[in-house]
Amino acid sequence: MTSSAVATVPLHITGNPRLGTWLSVADGVVVVHVGKVELGQGILTALAQIVADALGLPVAALRMRAAHTADGPDEGLTAGSLSVLQAGPALRHVGAVVRTLTGGPAGDLTDYVARIAALDPATDLCEVAPAAAGPAVAVGLSEDRLDLPDKVLGRPRYLADLRPEGLLHGRVLRPAAPGASLVSLADLDLPGVQVVRDGSFVGVVGEREADVDVAIARLAAAATWSEGHELPDEDDLSAWLRAGPHDEIPVLDEDGPSAPGHVATYSKPFLVHASIAPSAGMARWTDDGLHVWSHSQGIHGLGLAVAAALGLEPDAVTVEHVENAGCYGHNAADDAAFDAVLLARAVPGRPVLSRWSRTDELTWGPLSSAMTATIGADLVDGRINGWSYDVWSLGHTARPGYSGAPGLLAGAHLADPVTLPPPTDPPPVAGGGTTRNAIPGYEVGPRHIAGHRRTNTPLRTSAMRALGAYLNVFAIESFMDELALAAGADPVDFRLAHLDDDRAAHVVRRAAELAGWGGTLPDDTGRGLGFARYKDKGAWCAVVAEVAVDHAVHVRRLTVVADIGLVVNPDGARNQLEGGATQATSWTTTERVRLDRRRITSDDWETYPILRFADAPLVEVELVEGDAPSLGAGEAAQGPTAAAIANAVHDALGVRVRDLPLTADAVVRAIEAAE
Amino acid sequence: MSQRLTVNGRPREVEASEDTPLLTVLRDELGLVGSRFGCGQGLCGACLVLLDGVAVPSCQTPLSQAAASAGVVTVEGLSEGGTPHPVQTALLEGQAAQCGFCISGIVVRAAALLATNPSPTGDEVAEALERNLCRCGVQRRIIDAVVAAGSAP
Repeated sequence: MTSSAVATVPLHITGNPRLGTWLSVADGVVVVHVGKVELGQGILTALAQIVADALGLPVAALRMRAAHTADGPDEGLTAGSLSVLQAGPALRHVGAVVRTLTGGPAGDLTDYVARIAALDPATDLCEVAPAAAGPAVAVGLSEDRLDLPDKVLGRPRYLADLRPEGLLHGRVLRPAAPGASLVSLADLDLPGVQVVRDGSFVGVVGEREADVDVAIARLAAAATWSEGHELPDEDDLSAWLRAGPHDEIPVLDEDGPSAPGHVATYSKPFLVHASIAPSAGMARWTDDGLHVWSHSQGIHGLGLAVAAALGLEPDAVTVEHVENAGCYGHNAADDAAFDAVLLARAVPGRPVLSRWSRTDELTWGPLSSAMTATIGADLVDGRINGWSYDVWSLGHTARPGYSGAPGLLAGAHLADPVTLPPPTDPPPVAGGGTTRNAIPGYEVGPRHIAGHRRTNTPLRTSAMRALGAYLNVFAIESFMDELALAAGADPVDFRLAHLDDDRAAHVVRRAAELAGWGGTLPDDTGRGLGFARYKDKGAWCAVVAEVAVDHAVHVRRLTVVADIGLVVNPDGARNQLEGGATQATSWTTTERVRLDRRRITSDDWETYPILRFADAPLVEVELVEGDAPSLGAGEAAQGPTAAAIANAVHDALGVRVRDLPLTADAVVRAIEAAE
Repeated sequence: MSQRLTVNGRPREVEASEDTPLLTVLRDELGLVGSRFGCGQGLCGACLVLLDGVAVPSCQTPLSQAAASAGVVTVEGLSEGGTPHPVQTALLEGQAAQCGFCISGIVVRAAALLATNPSPTGDEVAEALERNLCRCGVQRRIIDAVVAAGSAP
């Protein structure tokens, strides 16, 4: 043992110090156990590249095993664009220790794998000096995604594809509205199913999916519910958010301007994850405990939450990750897992696979909060000198375990309810939620920046890709264009004049250059730029949007330049940035959760439309080359894309739209307001 | 009630009522889980299959209609014999998926398009996929891959 070895141990190794927690060998293949989970972002491929190089093995000699609470490291959530940043150093350390103990990959591969297999799984990774890093072979290459062949060829891969022996299918009847409780449920003869009821929680299990689908529809028609909570007026969400009561989130108070010369207010509506698959979960109770299969972003947190909700010992609950459709934050995965747990409790020994309906997925999953922000600034001789920023929102996390509560939807519906506290925000060290990216990345003189989180809400909100950064960057970057206009400056020049960060300036300059900034465009077409450094410490990203406006806003082309440090898998990183920018285009131009005063009314793909193929912009991505520490790519483009589109609409029409989404109606309203 | 239908060229017999959605029959009775459940309303395209060569949402197709057809082809049937369909090859070459949940239905729709229009333009592909949803934002890669599949020698 050397003290220097201990001093350099990555955090995820300190928490998971046993070698056997990370690696095993089966059938001559090195099996890597990671705590980060595949959400469709390609993380297992990127991590395979890192650990392959760390071990000195080809990627093909490895098998990446999905996260498992009883047999794999606890690496917390797969969220916040942190997976490569957190898991990368841990896997490099594991590989380096293996090379110390085995002498490394000298000789033939089979022999090396045999030497790895012979290592003591109880080896303490903190107590062995890691060998020096080997050469980068896989890292930096665009390795093909390990999971895509199954998906493209239509093989079983997703949670809802599991068909274990003795499987029962499950469905849950959600209340008629938020806050509603079950008043009565007619006694029905439902062939092939067993009804499971606990207070206002009603579900069915049965051998055949067709039977449970029919049964749940009949139960829905046979149930009466109390009225539930009053929901806010969907056309006045900003006033509702500002009305409070609030938890105050002070960010900076540097004696910013009290009566700034330029002021504007921006907003976004509630959004929903809208994953293509409804959430699902599977569970089985046996004498040995409870086993759960989930597409959660945090299986350890889910296991603890399930145990807490049901009064079980934490180690009685095992959770393993199984992929499902794309995950963009805290969606209903954890809730669906808990549904399966409650249903399976009624049929001990049998695995129950419970799947949500599309309607429930769009109306009962955690929402991305509506938000509004007011910015003020003073301009002195064409430069910003004083900045004030106030943002109002509901909380951006209600993940299992938040505020000390299990945070599982069905808990609130049980006869002995496990209530859901109001959503809160991640701590500042994790980037915050409401105030994520509330600090502009520019030199703006004295600043006042504060968040105001409304605590009283009938709607559950939680983390969705970029959290508050989506609205905050949209607002700040729209306002930068407004100030540039007021100062008579070009928006790119104006930004560069206020940037004191070379990596920031580079992505802004390069995106403008690639997009042909300043070049002429046809009538009713415009170009706009948005920039941010995600979470103030993550990736730098600039986006230029080119839009055409007729009866609607059409985003034709996005040019994205991102600096994410050392790029592990260039094509994978590009895919994440393309997808992020395209999804942000959908949010920005199309999406809005609709409400009447009792329920969410946007409950299918017609009432909650998302971007369609013909409207998908061309996206060109350039990654800045460098070997600085790797940063996540998945959330960097969300805010800059929204601002770039709004700035491009202004460039096309001379009209500023400050309230999202940028639908035809919003553009018309902005034109009328300007006249 | 027993129903006979042809799936991927093979005659099959299943015990299910005639109004059971074809998707449920494929996934639960025949073990063909490549057709995915996305909405159950025929609005997302994740469960598309070819029915007499036409792409239809299997969640909205009753078993009786499938039984009355000349045959159903699922995404699994497009790569039978182990050779992926050119659309599948092109999607993998272009790494044109993220979560991949939408991609089965897209493969089926694109295969139907190429059967009638062997070399579509990007706009034609986008139009053909108008009722397929992708949430991860991979639309442009998918369009490019289908165009490439059509241009392949």
